[in-house]
Amino acid sequence: MPETVLYTHSFASDLHESATVQQQIMDIWLKNGVSDGDLPDLQLALEEGLANAVKHGNQLDPAKQVKVECQLLDACMIRVTIEDEGSGFDPEEVPDPTDFENLDKPSGRGIVLMRAFMDEVLYNDRGNQLTFCKRCSINA
Amino acid sequence: MASDATRLDVQTVDDVTVARFVDHRILDEAVIQVVGDQMYRLVDDHGLKKIVLDFQSVEHLSSAALGKLINMKKKVDASGGQLGMCNLRPDLLKIFKVTKLTKVFDIHKNVEQALKAF
Repeated sequence: MPETVLYTHSFASDLHESATVQQQIMDIWLKNGVSDGDLPDLQLALEEGLANAVKHGNQLDPAKQVKVECQLLDACMIRVTIEDEGSGFDPEEVPDPTDFENLDKPSGRGIVLMRAFMDEVLYNDRGNQLTFCKRCSINA
Repeated sequence: MASDATRLDVQTVDDVTVARFVDHRILDEAVIQVVGDQMYRLVDDHGLKKIVLDFQSVEHLSSAALGKLINMKKKVDASGGQLGMCNLRPDLLKIFKVTKLTKVFDIHKNVEQALKAF
């Protein structure tokens, strides 16, 4: 499968830094012709993935880095990998935010949203590396 | 960094406060913080009890923004008030449906229908 690396970067665990990285990646997607219909979904997944890595993975520790890589596969599939330096987690252990007893909890919905809007959402065995993919309309 | 500019356009219709989000995307942490603070002030500082949140301009919001909305709902409920929502685009409604928050919030098609619910 032909793949092109669109973006790769490591940054300190800081939410302002994360917002800058998010904007840089959005600009690259736009420049590479990702359609207006796909951009909001990708931005949502990117925001959730970066926020989880910075806040939950690295616990906002600026000494710890978040590594992001974005690829274009087969000319129409966007793949993003986000890795933090935290101890990882088991996504299966995260309480289901759609269970009745969790509905009024203010957090814990990031993974559900990513799974709803992306074609694939995967974690490595350690649980510190997220990969999500979405097949997109790419304007020539 | 998000500015502290007004991110809610607030109007009063009879005795109901209609607060319209001005942002298209409530995704950035700094924006979410300001939006949340401005929503909470409607209850904490102004003591408003009948509130409609109008999402007409909003295309997307993150799980952190959902958290602010849930806390807003709790504040309004605790004050004995009532919170409605309206004008959610299909993509936005999908966010509420997949998280099953349609069971938590009173969601209406438009402002007029939201006002009738009070």
